[in-house]
Amino acid sequence: MTPTTVQYQVMWNRLVSVVEEQAQALVRTAFSTSVREAGDLSAGVYDLQGRMLAQAVTGTPGHVNAMAESVGHFMRRIGVETMAEGDVYITNDPWEGTGHLHDITVVTPSFRGGALVGFFACTAHIVDIGGRGFGADANSVYEEGLYIPIMRFADRGAVDETLVRIIRGNVREPDQLVGDIYALATCNGIGHRRLVDMMDEFGLETLDGIAAFILDNSRRATVERIAALPNGSADGAMTIDGYSAPVTLKVRLDIADDHILADFAGTSGLDRKGINVPLVYTKAYACYALKCAIAPEIPNNAASLEPFRVVAEENSIVHALHPAPVALRHVIGHMIPDTVYAALDTLLPATVPAEGAGSLCNFQVSLRPRTDAPAPADAVRSEVLTFNSGGSGARPALDGMNATAFPSGVMTMPVEATENVGPILITRKELRPDSGGAGAHRGGLGQYMQVAAREGHEFDISAMFDRVDHPARGRQGGRPGAPTTIAQDDGTPMRGKGRQFVPHGRTVMLAFPGGAGYGEPGARDPALVRRDLAGGYITPEAAKREYGLDDAEIARVLDAVETGEEIE
Amino acid sequence: MGDPSVRLGVDIGGTFTDVVLETPQGQVSTKVLTTYAAPEDAIIEGIARVCRRAGVAPGAIGQIIHGTTLATNALIERRGAKTALITTEGFRDVIEMRTESRFEQYDLNLRLPEPLLPRQSRLTLRERMNARGEVLVPLDRDEVAALAARIGRAGYGSVAVGLLHSYANPAHERMVRDVLAEALPGVMVSLSSEVSPQMREYERFNTVVANAYIKPLMKSYLGRLAGRLREEGVDCPVFLMHSGGGIISLESAAEFPVRLVESGPAGGAVFAADIAARYGLEKVLSFDMGGTTAKICLIRGGVPKTARVFEVARTYRFKKGSGMPISIPVIDMVEIGAGGGSLAHVDAMRQIRVGPESAGSEPGPACYGRGGTRPAVTDADLTLGRLDPETFAGGSIPLDAAAARRALETMLGEPLGMDAREAAFGLAEVVDETMANAARVHAVENGEDLAEYTMIAFGGAAPLHAGRLCEKLGIDRLLVPPGAGVGSAIGFLRAPFSFEANRSVYMRLSDFDPDRVKALFAELGEEARGFVRSCDADADILSEYKAYMRYTGQGWEIPVDLSAEQAGAPDAATCKARFEAEYAALFGRVVDGMDIEITVWAVNATTPPQAVARVAEEPDGTTVAPPRTRALFDPALGETVEAGIHARDTLAPGDTLDGPAAIVEDETTIIVPASRRALRQPDGCIDVKEGGA
Repeated sequence: MTPTTVQYQVMWNRLVSVVEEQAQALVRTAFSTSVREAGDLSAGVYDLQGRMLAQAVTGTPGHVNAMAESVGHFMRRIGVETMAEGDVYITNDPWEGTGHLHDITVVTPSFRGGALVGFFACTAHIVDIGGRGFGADANSVYEEGLYIPIMRFADRGAVDETLVRIIRGNVREPDQLVGDIYALATCNGIGHRRLVDMMDEFGLETLDGIAAFILDNSRRATVERIAALPNGSADGAMTIDGYSAPVTLKVRLDIADDHILADFAGTSGLDRKGINVPLVYTKAYACYALKCAIAPEIPNNAASLEPFRVVAEENSIVHALHPAPVALRHVIGHMIPDTVYAALDTLLPATVPAEGAGSLCNFQVSLRPRTDAPAPADAVRSEVLTFNSGGSGARPALDGMNATAFPSGVMTMPVEATENVGPILITRKELRPDSGGAGAHRGGLGQYMQVAAREGHEFDISAMFDRVDHPARGRQGGRPGAPTTIAQDDGTPMRGKGRQFVPHGRTVMLAFPGGAGYGEPGARDPALVRRDLAGGYITPEAAKREYGLDDAEIARVLDAVETGEEIE
Repeated sequence: MGDPSVRLGVDIGGTFTDVVLETPQGQVSTKVLTTYAAPEDAIIEGIARVCRRAGVAPGAIGQIIHGTTLATNALIERRGAKTALITTEGFRDVIEMRTESRFEQYDLNLRLPEPLLPRQSRLTLRERMNARGEVLVPLDRDEVAALAARIGRAGYGSVAVGLLHSYANPAHERMVRDVLAEALPGVMVSLSSEVSPQMREYERFNTVVANAYIKPLMKSYLGRLAGRLREEGVDCPVFLMHSGGGIISLESAAEFPVRLVESGPAGGAVFAADIAARYGLEKVLSFDMGGTTAKICLIRGGVPKTARVFEVARTYRFKKGSGMPISIPVIDMVEIGAGGGSLAHVDAMRQIRVGPESAGSEPGPACYGRGGTRPAVTDADLTLGRLDPETFAGGSIPLDAAAARRALETMLGEPLGMDAREAAFGLAEVVDETMANAARVHAVENGEDLAEYTMIAFGGAAPLHAGRLCEKLGIDRLLVPPGAGVGSAIGFLRAPFSFEANRSVYMRLSDFDPDRVKALFAELGEEARGFVRSCDADADILSEYKAYMRYTGQGWEIPVDLSAEQAGAPDAATCKARFEAEYAALFGRVVDGMDIEITVWAVNATTPPQAVARVAEEPDGTTVAPPRTRALFDPALGETVEAGIHARDTLAPGDTLDGPAAIVEDETTIIVPASRRALRQPDGCIDVKEGGA
């Protein structure tokens, strides 16, 4: 019996719910903070052609398109005819997975009544994979850690103990990593069980019918959105810090009737250090940026992603080939949406935001007992990774978001939780006044952080920051956001990228970048300027300089704060 | 003083204030429109009505149990006091920066919820503890005094104090309170180390801010209520239902009003738990569906599942992350924007979507005939034959079937090429599937298989959808209790006196300190039992001990129950064995060779559950013939069938009827799908089981 339209709708909703369950199971059982606190993960279900049918809402855009393509690589490398019930496959291949060795992708074939019916895949960012440790300093992918080619993790239910021993012998936190691999396998297993329940309930032998329903509707809806746009081409470019030298990202967008092409020709070549981006990751963020602007509510699947096409020159920084170092591909990858929006703004005015902080402001701290003097007996070694955000760019009709990740979808970790993990002290984490670019709509504020070690410890900090020399640029007269700054409390300068030593007793002073403004500052609603001044989002100097508030007005606002009066 | 056997339950909801009076002779209930300006007025009016009907004097009431959405609404509508936050220097913006993420990834014009307090009301002090509770930067009393002067000048009425790591050492927060009490005796102070002594600054600060924000309002309301009751000659103790499903004293409620948030739904869960106990049901799914939302809760062994954090005032389509987290003991419920008034539309993928937008009572669903043109869930229910247009709400609201069909045809049928019936089928299936998915995800998160559960349904819209929901979830048995329209207020009367005290103290099992654990449990037990003692000086008190545990390195703890003996003589091996048993039940397998850690410790003190009389369940009795029939669409069959129509009040104990059928009462209609049959139990419950005609 062919299911009715209503039944297909119910099944589509069900599949979305199945992959969401899959993702939640991963969050609950994972060990790495990047997965369980910050949500740096992805989960999805695929048909026998390797086409992604549904993807969990929980997760981050960097994995979207990357993981969508990954299952095809698994089918080719493993050989579909050799797949058996109980198998679990694994890889961290940056080019056939999701862009760096620190992402583990696990694929599980789904069998029902002895027949292969589909696949589940999930990806998670783990804290350590050996090598030099998570950071920008490698010269090739070989230095960045252990490489796991696409292979069986479990063969008909039996885990490959040789593989597990090799993994354990090559990484700094073996329990954590092996625990995470088990969590990935568990979450696919939960998805599989629920899929089989659904097929039983609706009497499905294959996923062909529901796949066609989902993909046809999604393709048509996406193409309708694209067809409604004016055809045309436009160029966008953005220069950022890079590591060895500044990097220029260039894109040309072509809007056709039934697809959009993003061509990154002219973009800078590879960097010598680990900030290069495999094309899968470039595609993920280019596609994400376009989807947000054009078809935000259409769910991610093979068909809704297909009309967004992305090409780049080989061995440009956005199409790095093996063996380029790629550990921090996110630092450049997170800048791709702002580049795409530079072009899209020409074609679709008043749609996209001004530039923002872009890449996450992450750092990893390696703490150890002090070596310059005898360390106390309770001093320990510890690895602590934190995710933090600058400000997002102002929107055509709204301010940017303060200290909020865009385009990444991850969360920060609570300071109290971080300080419980290791001997680290975070003595400041709050908004950075005046860092949001002035404009009719103000850029989102960046944030201040101060990082030190508990008494008796010293540390290395692996910095992963951009926008030190290239702050976010405004649109339509909006002013730039504030740049990143980094130094020690005694004034010792530090670099935006790379591993750097911090002696006992010193604090690292960090200021993360703000988003840029949108529109001329003079056009800003005076009530919003007064609100910003009252709350200290802008200082009196900035109120005067950027927005032309006079001294009497400034005094009136500050006085109202003191006396607790409402500010209109 | 009143008669202890005469008890009154009062639930102030958004639309109605429900009052239930229970006497040895039975139960009387009424619904009064909520009086927002002075909520106590509706209570007084309700008391007068039920006392008149029961023939008792108000002075005879021996005890009042009260729950209310006033606290929740004050948070949602931002109607709290002028409040300041005092926090650690360097952390002024914790409640504004949230998790630094976007709860909706694809909306470029996303608006993040405004923090409860504006930035200028968030003040800082130089001080610092570390994660072990050791002082790194001592607090200077003079600096606090200077800050107090500023707070006085600005005229704040309430102050929240949230300092970093205060869950580990509250000394600095207490010093701030002492100085403020001296300098500003009229200002109310809330400490995060008392309101919610748990690690994770965002949740703790938000919770203490919410408490401080609603404290003056709630304190004043509770004071006025006590006064009005005395004036009316009601001179009995008043207790408050809290979000964790227990009862606290009026004084405790005034001090910690944030614990009243979600007290109404908690009463509903307790109501369902009581039915579960009367039927001896081990595993129950409570399903409460009203006009705008549906709530689902798991009840095991007669006890609703609890959690330590929930989100209030979601600003974006009920989306997770769009509200503010409140970390207090709470009955763990999933709330979905799906009720009788939820509106449907067709999206870009030509899919029917339902809710969370609701038609409300004005204009209401299209069939109310008050100008609504968009189809609501109720319109679909009417078109499918689930509702009788003549007898809806006891005949007080005649329903316009043509208007319902028109709305379905225009908004759904035309774009999708469906007639009104098929559109109604699609709409109803989408809303039922949404609720079923929420229930499934919730069950998976708790490691439960719903096939072993019984559903208990209440709230106006629940009985219309519960049967289909059971089919979708593979649940064999559904109970629809009588009095379901005032379920929460009845639930208040069944709740025990209880209070949970908890604290974040981090400990690895490899580093287990039995003496410290013993002392900690003793201290938490004292605190929790103290609250219960303040309600009832003589009652027996049971203490329940819990440790929240996980593998070292994981982020999510699971609650592990310990017996009083285990808490009194704690050891690492027992904790490990208990944890591994729970973990395996949830996730299938334990992880060998990993250290285990405990992050939060809790003691819940509670009076023993009221003895319940088991219902003498009827076997299937006489099959009654329907007095009449009408056309009813059965979604599982995918076709329209002729269904028997029965009036609930004409069914006698043991009466049995086959689906497809509709059992009609004033407030709602119970739909018995073709796959099921129904039996009226002696207590009035309609018991719907597998096996139709």
